Amino acid sequence: MPPTPDTTPGPPPTRASSDLDRLAELYRQMLLVRRVEEESARAYAEGKIGGFLHLYIGQEAVAVGALAALRPEDYVVTTYRDHGIALAKGMTPRALLAELFGKSTGCSRGLGGSMHMFDREHNMLGGYGIVGGHIPLAAGVAFASKYRADGRVTVCFFGEGAVSIGGFHEGLSLAALWKLPIVFICENNEYAMGTPLSRSMSVEDVSLKALGYGMDRDRFVVDDVLEVERRIGEAVKRAREESLPTLVEVRTYRFRGHSMSDPAKYRTPAELEERKQRDPLARARASLVQRGLDEQRVEALERSVEAEVADAVKFANESPEPTLADLEPTTYKGPFAY
Amino acid sequence: MARTLRFREALREAMIEEMDRDERVFLMGEEVGHYQGAYKVSEGMLDRFGDKRVVDTPIAESGFAGIGVGAAMVGLRPIIEFMTWNFSAVAFDQILNNAAKVRQMSGGQFECPIVFRGPNASARQVGSQHSHAMEHFYATVPGLKVVAPAFPADAKGLLKTAIRDDNPVLVMESETLYAVKGDVPDGEHLVELGRAHVVRPGRDVTLVAYSRMTHVALEAATDLEKEGVSAEVVDLRSLRPLDEGTIVASVERTHRLVVVHEGWPYGGVGAEIADRVQRLAFDALDAPILRVTTLDVPMPYSAKLEQACMPQRDRVIDAVRRTLARGTN
Repeated sequence: MPPTPDTTPGPPPTRASSDLDRLAELYRQMLLVRRVEEESARAYAEGKIGGFLHLYIGQEAVAVGALAALRPEDYVVTTYRDHGIALAKGMTPRALLAELFGKSTGCSRGLGGSMHMFDREHNMLGGYGIVGGHIPLAAGVAFASKYRADGRVTVCFFGEGAVSIGGFHEGLSLAALWKLPIVFICENNEYAMGTPLSRSMSVEDVSLKALGYGMDRDRFVVDDVLEVERRIGEAVKRAREESLPTLVEVRTYRFRGHSMSDPAKYRTPAELEERKQRDPLARARASLVQRGLDEQRVEALERSVEAEVADAVKFANESPEPTLADLEPTTYKGPFAY
Repeated sequence: MARTLRFREALREAMIEEMDRDERVFLMGEEVGHYQGAYKVSEGMLDRFGDKRVVDTPIAESGFAGIGVGAAMVGLRPIIEFMTWNFSAVAFDQILNNAAKVRQMSGGQFECPIVFRGPNASARQVGSQHSHAMEHFYATVPGLKVVAPAFPADAKGLLKTAIRDDNPVLVMESETLYAVKGDVPDGEHLVELGRAHVVRPGRDVTLVAYSRMTHVALEAATDLEKEGVSAEVVDLRSLRPLDEGTIVASVERTHRLVVVHEGWPYGGVGAEIADRVQRLAFDALDAPILRVTTLDVPMPYSAKLEQACMPQRDRVIDAVRRTLARGTN
C-alpha cells in the first residue's frame, strides 16, 4: 500500500510517510538553494552583484542534510561558499539576495557581501573569506557552549582546500584537547579553486587527519540527503551528549567554477557531465516520486520555491542601498575610536 | 587612599576584580595557569578561579586567539594573553580579519568583546624576533582599540575598562615595566580609554610618549630642567582612540613637539600624531615635529647596539635641543 502523506490529521504518521515528508522538505530546501544560486549567477551577469560569487550548485545536499540534524539554537560557522548553508540554517532568500545585491535590507545590511552571510536570529555565525581562519573561531563558539553548558552544538564547514592551512590544525587540535561540542564538516569537492586533490594533499583521505588528534571521524559520498542527515546526526549526537568533536569528510562536487570568473578548465566536460548525472538534487526528486509522492504535489512544491525566489529577487532589486552613515556604527559599538 | 603595587600586580587585580564581577570573563593563554604566568601576571589566579576560567593553552596563538573571538561573538568576554605581542604575528589574521571586522561584516549583528594583552616592545637582548613594538600595526586597524599604560594605576584602570568594553581592546604591556611600582587607588578604579594624561607640566616643548617611553621622556625632562628647558610630558595611555585634544592643547602651550616611542619610524604612532598636529595646530608650531623612535633596522642582539637602537634619554634630549633650535633631524 503506498504511503498517503496528504491525509487529514489522524493516527501518528507511519515511518514511511514521515520519511517522505522529511524528504519533501529537504528537497524543497535543496531546490531553494539551487534556484537562489542560479538567480544569483544571472544577477551577477547583469552586474547586479559585484565582487566574488562562489556558488554552491551541486553541493546543496551537504548543507541541507547536515543542518537538518541540528536544532535551531545550534551554531553554524562556514567559509566563503556560504549561501546554501545560510539558507539551510534558516536565512530568508530575501535577506540573502538583498545582501548579494548590496542592499541595506540584506542580512549584513549590504556591508558583508557574498562571503559574509550572518544571521543572528538563526545562529548563523557567518561566512569567512580567509581559508581556514574561521575554524579556530568555530571552536571558540563551541568552547563557549561548553563553558556555559548550554547544550548547543557548533557545526563548522570548510573545503578540502582548508586542510593544508594552520587554522584547520590548530582548530582541530584545541577542539580535541578540550573536548568541544563541535562537528567539523569538510566539504571535499575535489578542487581547491583549480588544484585537484592529487596535487594538494599527500593523503587524499581528509578524515584521516582526525586520527592524529584522537578525534572521531566519518567519511562518505553525498548522494542521498537523508543519509547526510543521518550521518551528520551521529556526529551531532556525539557532540551534544558526550561533548566530543568529530571530523566528517563529505565527498561532493561543485557544478560551477570556483567563482564566477573561473571557467573550470582544469576538469573535463565528461567528468562534469558524469557528476551531474549523480546530482543529489535530481536524486532527491526522483526518490520522492518513486516513494509515492504525487507528481502534482512535487510540482506544487516547486512552484512555491519559484514564487519565493522571484519574490526575493524583486525584494533585492527594489531595496535601498546602505549609506555612509551605516559605517561608523558598525565598526565600533559606542563612540568611534579615532 | 592608595596602595603601592607593582605593574604586574595591578594588572592581576584588574583581572581578578573583573572575573569576580562577571562570570563571562575568563583568562586564556600560554602558561597562564599552572606555571603562574610567564611573567607572573596571573600568579595565583588558577587556584582562585579553577581551570575552567584560567585556561592554559598549547603553543597555538592563531588557534586560541580564534577561540577567543568565537567565544566573544556568542557572549563570553575572553582575556587572551600573548606571552609576548611578538607571537601575535601568527594570530594577526584572527585579530585583523575576525575580531576587528566581524561587527561590520555582520552588519552590526555580532560583537567581539575581547581583550588581547601581553608584554610588547623590547625587553633585554632578546633579539630581532622578540623585540617588536606591535602597537603600530594594530592601531591602524579600525574596529580595534589599543592602550599602552606606563604606570600601575593606569594599567589596572585601563585593563578593567577594556574588559568591560564591547569592542576588541589590545593592551600593550612591557616586560621591563612589570616590576615597576606605583600608587593604585583603592576601590573601584576605572580609566576611560582615549584620555591622555599630562604627567609633567612644562612650557617650552611637549614630549608625547606611552608605555615605557613615558618613563624615558620623564627622565629626559628632569635633565632638561637642569638646562633651563621646561618640558611637558603627555602620557598617551591610549593609542586608539587617540586623545588628540590633550596633545593639541599642550602643543598650543609649548609650540614644539617631540614624539617618543619604541618601534620603527615608518608610518608609526609618531607619524600619525605628526599628521594630526600639523593639521590641527599648524599655526601653533614654532618648529617641525620630531620623532625619537627605535632605529629603522631589526633589533640586534648586541647589548651595546640594542641600546643604541632604542630611544634613550640622550636621544630625546638631543631631539629637544634640535627642535628648540628649529632644526630638522
